Amino acid sequence: MPEHSFRVNGTPVTVDVPGDVRLLWVLRDILGITGPKYGCGINVCKACTSHLNGRAVSPCAIPVGDLGPDDEVTTIEGLAATAGAELHPMQQAWLDHDVVQCGYCQPGQIMAAVDLVRRVAAEGRAVTDADLDGIRNVCRCGTYFRIRAAIRAGAAGMGSP
Amino acid sequence: MSPPFGRRRLLGYVLAAPILVTAAPLRASARDLTEVLDLNDIMTAAALPTSGLITVEVNQDGTVSFALPRAEVGQGITTSTAMLIAEELSVPLRRVRVTLADARPELLFNQLTGASNTTVSTYTPIRVAAAVARQRLLAAAEAELGTPATGLRLDAGVITDDRGRGIDIGTLAVKAASPRTAPVPVTLRTRESLTVIGRPHNRVDALDAVTGRKRFAMDLDVPGAKPTMVCRAPTINGTVRSVANLADVRAMPGVTDAVVISTGVAVRAETFGQCIDAIRTLEVTWRPGTAEGESDETVLRQLAAAELPLGPRPPTPVVEGRFTFHFRGNSALEPNCAIADVRRDRAEIWSSLKSPIVAQETIAARLALPRGRVTVHVTEGGGSFGRKLFFDAALEAAEVSQKIGKPVKLMWHRADDTRQGRAHPMATSRVRIAYAGDVVLSYEQRHTSITTDLGHGIGELFTAMAARLPIGGAAFSQIFFQFSQTSPYAFGSHSRLLNETGRGFNTGSMRNVYSPDATCARELMVDQLAARMNKDPYRFRRDLLRDDRARAVLAAAATAGEWGRSLPAGVAQGIAFHSEYKAVSACLVEIDCRPATANRPIRDGVGGPRVTRVVFAVDVGLAVNPRGLEAQMMGCVMDGIALALTSSLHLRDGYFLEASWDNHFYTRQWNTPLDLRVIIMPSTSEQPGGAGELGVAASMAAVACAYGRATGTLPTRFPINHGTLSFVPKPTVPPVPASPTDGIRHA
Repeated sequence: MPEHSFRVNGTPVTVDVPGDVRLLWVLRDILGITGPKYGCGINVCKACTSHLNGRAVSPCAIPVGDLGPDDEVTTIEGLAATAGAELHPMQQAWLDHDVVQCGYCQPGQIMAAVDLVRRVAAEGRAVTDADLDGIRNVCRCGTYFRIRAAIRAGAAGMGSP
Repeated sequence: MSPPFGRRRLLGYVLAAPILVTAAPLRASARDLTEVLDLNDIMTAAALPTSGLITVEVNQDGTVSFALPRAEVGQGITTSTAMLIAEELSVPLRRVRVTLADARPELLFNQLTGASNTTVSTYTPIRVAAAVARQRLLAAAEAELGTPATGLRLDAGVITDDRGRGIDIGTLAVKAASPRTAPVPVTLRTRESLTVIGRPHNRVDALDAVTGRKRFAMDLDVPGAKPTMVCRAPTINGTVRSVANLADVRAMPGVTDAVVISTGVAVRAETFGQCIDAIRTLEVTWRPGTAEGESDETVLRQLAAAELPLGPRPPTPVVEGRFTFHFRGNSALEPNCAIADVRRDRAEIWSSLKSPIVAQETIAARLALPRGRVTVHVTEGGGSFGRKLFFDAALEAAEVSQKIGKPVKLMWHRADDTRQGRAHPMATSRVRIAYAGDVVLSYEQRHTSITTDLGHGIGELFTAMAARLPIGGAAFSQIFFQFSQTSPYAFGSHSRLLNETGRGFNTGSMRNVYSPDATCARELMVDQLAARMNKDPYRFRRDLLRDDRARAVLAAAATAGEWGRSLPAGVAQGIAFHSEYKAVSACLVEIDCRPATANRPIRDGVGGPRVTRVVFAVDVGLAVNPRGLEAQMMGCVMDGIALALTSSLHLRDGYFLEASWDNHFYTRQWNTPLDLRVIIMPSTSEQPGGAGELGVAASMAAVACAYGRATGTLPTRFPINHGTLSFVPKPTVPPVPASPTDGIRHA
């Protein structure tokens, strides 16, 4: 079987699996990294949102064969390390605003939020209501309002405008 | 009703154990069942005979353990339960470890999570058990320190005497233990002295959730339990006739097993991705399902035929309305899933289950094992909304594991979860209100619904209680309906009836059960009546509400929401009231129905009229954790918006068209109000009411009322966008869509 090498949360990994198996299953079923959740498998609910080279992606829609040894996958488990802290400012904002209800979608929500703040910061501006309206991550507990407040607080914590 | 504020003397127990283990009283507050007021009273009364088995343990490391016989699915009961123990035991909350108990058949009805009953029924027993522990620890410290108990203080998990000497409760865990079980009278803290209960507290599991450490069923590492999925029929509950290529599929990469089961063809593989590929490759011939040829139209005709007549039309003026509520999916984000390891002589199950005892019984029967040989672990759930009252995935996982002789980690695809999973049944509600001049004479409501499956333990609970209830011989659902629906307004004579018809659908009550639909219909007609009488909808409600708590929440919502403020054409307010679970609630909504808003483009989604502002006022008697209560109400508001505006299932040719979150339009960020305020009223009781579902009914009704006023119409079909199919239905063969491959380019 083909081997595929890439990096996950700062560590190089090699997996022996057909190249068309999506990254979500490689993370969860083979590597035992369970922070990214399954919610649809078709890049709609965004519960598995993780970062690929610093940008938010849905691992359920990425064949593992598309990754190379230099590609860095960051899951919720590795997010804090990217900020060099116990918790990423966005995770801290999530705690401060007590966003979580069941918690199933929240790793994906946080990863999407960090990506959003990075994108708008790169444009030299603050997060707007329209930006927040554009987040597609489903939360069936309906934590959307606290998510919006936490993202604004997390953006401040990230030093964004 | 609630006892007067003051000190209550109750009986708890210390149990024979090597460390300190205390239990709640066997009959903490046995009630006279003639006082039964609502559904929660029935459930609380049913739980009482076994409450003594709820135990609190003090460990040698200073932590306190409690196995909660309920399911945590996001509603925050592990946090509120830890708060109760921290309060009565005077330990820091972080030292309290609340886990979820395995199925314990001896608890009978005391392990059913539903009808927002958890805190209502466990509030006193848990506190009593903790208070016994506190008393035993103080007595042990008295012997240890040689200081009379009157000179000891237990604070933050440490007992100190008047000379400043301190001793941690962990050090006393063995000394405070008892060699025999003995009763211990205790006095609970008074309402005025509470320092934890009633104060906002963040969730105890938040850190695990935001770091990805929180474990759901599919995250557990059970040896040998490999990913397993089921290829399902193109129509509801269709079954396998034959499979043409089972051997080919078994030879696919990663696949370890493929086997026909009662619900389809199960595939086990190294990854779920390979299960999906195998399902898409299977060539299956199907037998018909249980709803062949059914569609929205046929079900509507069936409902119309089953509607019970209203009474004779009175000679006075009336307002009348008939409302339709379409099928809605109650999928949680975590799909139906379970791990099963079935051996020749035993079985072990892991799943988020709100009725684990019924699950255990049913699974044991299916496997032909004695019940005692089936261990059922309750895992934390990724949402429920009614779904996890059922154990469809656990039963299926057990069947597959037994058939192939291997452990399985079974998960439903999202498409299956929507198409073959439980749905809230389609219903109609007819309302007639008679009046003369300024006086309302009578209120009649006839709710007609596709049968709601209550076969998850609540039905058994009612059976056991039926002989003692002031209602005779009625069906479970009728009892449920009567006890969950209240008459908050002084509308003269009341008559409310439920009729159910039709089987063949996989139904289950969705959060708040009958109330969102029934309340929505009622509140819309209250608006109609107010208009007919030329009265303001808010003042009309306030004048006719029966009690002070009800008027207070309504006034709070109206005041904070600036009821009656000037708004542009196409934007309007709505207000609605609902009482249930010993709680009262009122919701004020502002909705923007102007074309520029309603027609805003949303990729693969529904925008539509936007709820821009919500004020939700709630009085649950005593709010154990106001921050958690606020979170529940916020979620309920999102549900109410979805039910009124966007969220439904379309039935056609025996199957639901929806197969994705981008088909089944639960509220998304672009539907979320930018201004949302929850007002928690000051405590009006020494006892908590239920909260997990409470807010859905008033929210849905307020959105509907606001929509009606903004558009100058009376909406009669919900959700309002049901008539427009806002997506292209996915194929039913194969039953699950392929995962995309463009994830790097298309984030």
